[in-house]
Amino acid sequence: MLEQAQLLPGTLDLLILRAVSLGPLHGYGILLRIGQISGNALLIEQGALYPGLFRLVRQGLLKASWGTSDNNRRAKFYELTAAGRKRLREETANWNRLVAAIASALSVQSEEV
Amino acid sequence: MKLLDSLRFRIATLFRRSQMNTEMEEELRSHIQHRADDLERSGVARAEAERRARIEFGGHVRYKEECQEAAGGTLVESLTQDVRFALRMLRKSPGFSAVTVVTLAVAIGANAVVFGVLNALILRPVNVPQTQSLYAIERGLDNAVNHSYPDYLDLRDRNRSFDGLAAYSVATVGLDTGKNPSGAWAMEVTGNYFEVLSIQPYLGRFFHGADEHGPNSAPYIVLTYAFWHSRFQDDRGVVGRTVQLNKHPFTVLGVAPREFRGTLAFVFPDFWVPIVNQEQLDGENVLNARANRGILMVLGHLKAGVTPSWAVADLNSIGSYLEKTYPKDDGHMTFSLTRPGLAGDWLGRPLQAFLTGLMLLAGLILLAACANLGSLFAARAADRSREVAVRLALGAGPMRILRQLFTEAMLISLIGGAVGLWGSVALLHGLSAWEPLPTAPLHIPVNPDASVYGVALLLSLVSAFLFGAVPVRQVLHTDPYQVIKSGSTSTVGRRITVRDLLLVAQIAICAVLVTSSMVAVRGLVRSLHSSFGFEPQNAMLVETALSMAGYRGDSVPAMQKRMIDALQSIPGVKSVGLVDRLPLFYGANSANVFTDKTTDLRPANAAAEAVVYNISPEYFDAARTTLLEGRTLTWHDDKNAPRVAIVNREFASKIFGAGENAINGYYKAKDGTRIQVVGIVEDGKYASLAEEPQPAMFLPILQWPSSQASVVVRSNGDAQQVAAAIKSTVEGLDAGLPFTIRTWNQELESALFPSRMATLSLGVLGVMGAMLSITGIFGMAAYSVSKRKKELGIRMALGAQRKEVLAAALGRALKLLAFGSGAGLLLGILASRVLGAIVYQATPRDPLVLGGVVVVMALLGLLATWIPAQRALSVNPSLLLHEE
Repeated sequence: MLEQAQLLPGTLDLLILRAVSLGPLHGYGILLRIGQISGNALLIEQGALYPGLFRLVRQGLLKASWGTSDNNRRAKFYELTAAGRKRLREETANWNRLVAAIASALSVQSEEV
Repeated sequence: MKLLDSLRFRIATLFRRSQMNTEMEEELRSHIQHRADDLERSGVARAEAERRARIEFGGHVRYKEECQEAAGGTLVESLTQDVRFALRMLRKSPGFSAVTVVTLAVAIGANAVVFGVLNALILRPVNVPQTQSLYAIERGLDNAVNHSYPDYLDLRDRNRSFDGLAAYSVATVGLDTGKNPSGAWAMEVTGNYFEVLSIQPYLGRFFHGADEHGPNSAPYIVLTYAFWHSRFQDDRGVVGRTVQLNKHPFTVLGVAPREFRGTLAFVFPDFWVPIVNQEQLDGENVLNARANRGILMVLGHLKAGVTPSWAVADLNSIGSYLEKTYPKDDGHMTFSLTRPGLAGDWLGRPLQAFLTGLMLLAGLILLAACANLGSLFAARAADRSREVAVRLALGAGPMRILRQLFTEAMLISLIGGAVGLWGSVALLHGLSAWEPLPTAPLHIPVNPDASVYGVALLLSLVSAFLFGAVPVRQVLHTDPYQVIKSGSTSTVGRRITVRDLLLVAQIAICAVLVTSSMVAVRGLVRSLHSSFGFEPQNAMLVETALSMAGYRGDSVPAMQKRMIDALQSIPGVKSVGLVDRLPLFYGANSANVFTDKTTDLRPANAAAEAVVYNISPEYFDAARTTLLEGRTLTWHDDKNAPRVAIVNREFASKIFGAGENAINGYYKAKDGTRIQVVGIVEDGKYASLAEEPQPAMFLPILQWPSSQASVVVRSNGDAQQVAAAIKSTVEGLDAGLPFTIRTWNQELESALFPSRMATLSLGVLGVMGAMLSITGIFGMAAYSVSKRKKELGIRMALGAQRKEVLAAALGRALKLLAFGSGAGLLLGILASRVLGAIVYQATPRDPLVLGGVVVVMALLGLLATWIPAQRALSVNPSLLLHEE
């Protein structure tokens, strides 16, 4: 079993937005997509996904509609709204800035100070 | 816009809650199914796959709750949560809950009762359709409601503002339905009465304006539903039957609907009879007497679009026409409009003033209760400051905590309001069913309606906000860090806190209530011991209505003389006198009198309006009215003798000045008759106990015959024996004569009834006020002692004496008490002026009242601080200092 990283607080929403940005997905599909695009490196309890989904719907970043899945089961599909797409762009930029800053801070050698 | 959206979303979710729940459930289940599908594909058996999927999913319930919260459907949940928490907190301190609920129940109940009475008697006194456009017409500067029939006809025919004017009057008549003749209450009404009021008959038909063809032309009656029920046992065959009224045949036309009980708020008649037949009922035709303003009351609906002020202008133009055309009869003819039903001046105005005053006092009670609860809540919030601090520290928003406190306040308020309303509704129903006086069909129809419930609910909500808002500032300024560090927020300073102000306000309000109730009680006591101008003790009254038994003209005085002589011979009877109308029996008859020099006898030139009594010579003896000067009347003062009168002292000084030349002086009646004064008697009370001294004249009944007469029988024997002897004597004279026998004291109930009711209601409010101030002072004192236990302990350890400890513990509470009482006393004195109108001799400038209030407030303070004082003294310094 490969080692999985705990999710940082607040990052689940970003991952959901990213997963859905590639096409409409139902809840379980979003989990699979996150696993796929992160190389199964993140530990997410399955149920924890749903409060995040409801929050994003309420904020108007996602919209949901009922449909039929590949398994021929009824499922609720989520897709990005325009606001969601905008938020994803901003959050991605933020995240990249943060990561770059932290990485650069952590990679500083003593003689460079 | 955003706010609106979120609000809409929240409201929408509120309604779609159950649907959302099932959807959420379905979505989560769908997730588990999908996962199980995947596991099954990798070779796990279906059952095992589903089990594993569920485990992997994690805490199902927890996530569902989080989902609900995330979706915004939390309003109802958190509200129920708040209510549950509030209930738990209230259960945890049952003493606090009981005190607060009872306080509010009493305060809101008192308001609901007073409002119920106000609503029923002032706001909707007459039960007819479209009361808002229905007005009664008052006359003159003193707002008299009585008019003469000819004046009424002019008003009815000449006005352009009313959709028709009807008039009515009340009379007692002898009713004979074939067996057992007895007295009944009739409302004499104009033919258009039912049309003007738009009332439809329950049974049969009503009489109409077209039925009137001059005097005694419409011998019809219409029964009230209640009388039809009690006297005719709901017999539908009663329509068309003939009954005897004062020995005249009348035909029963129909029955009025149950809810229509006439146009007087308190007096429900037994039947209606056309006023054109009034001569048969009253024994005297007044239909053409323009100056005879019996008690005919006039009312009607304003035409659509006509304002009251326009109608008044219209009526006044008719008034000036009447003044010009009939200068002898019609004096000052100005008119005004009033709500119908309250028999005008002598009842409506003081009643309205009194009920408004009572409503104010009840409002004050509620305010005092709110102040009381507010300080209790503030104290409680201070005691819970640690809990509040912990919750704040754990991340609860101050709004959430305030909402919690308000939920508690609201809960207490609603429970208290419900209990209070329940009690007041029971009381109002009781009042409505009550018939307080045996002598008259008097009712207090105060059944509560929707507006009473509405007011109670509104008051509950308002008071919840009032006392719930007190601790808000305290909570918002709580610094969790400080509170948790230092243990509690007791700051014992000299600073005046909100709680102090609330207590002072509360005590002041209570002192107002105590003052008013003492003023009223004192007034009642005085009125019971004041001089009526007659002595009701040991006097029996025989009420006969000779006209009911068919006596007419000269047979009336003859029968009266026979009756007096017969009663006189009963052993134990000392004197027997006759008077046409008892003093203090629902007002008095009065007439204008003129000085002897006046030649132009128009009302404007009258020297005074004097109360008139027609009496037999022995009346003063029987009534124990003291003759001050001159002679009493004799049986020789008859039709053939010169006209004479005995007047009271007020009359003598008003007409003749200083009473010097009153004896043997002359004055003129309104028809020009010269009357010689032969004696002067003491002043008395004639129309009401609260009146100022009024001029009165007593005329010989032989010169001014009246068939309506009460016989006063003074005896020193046993009341029951005398009554039995009177009964057999009267029956021996005429078996067909309806009569009643009562003691004069029973009769006076009617005169004392208003002030008794006033005193009772004020007394109740006063007791409530006293109770509230006890709980208020007690709460404050107990709280300050418990907060300062440690300080008191240290003082005692350092050698403080009992007195000093008490001063330290309770000095502040007592100071506030003194301050509040002083303010309340002053306000109470101002407020008590209103009482003067109802309660006889109610004056707050009475050393006994002032002293009484001070003593009562001091006693209340003593009572309320007793237990806290004991607690303060029992502080054991060593134990206390060990504790911490």
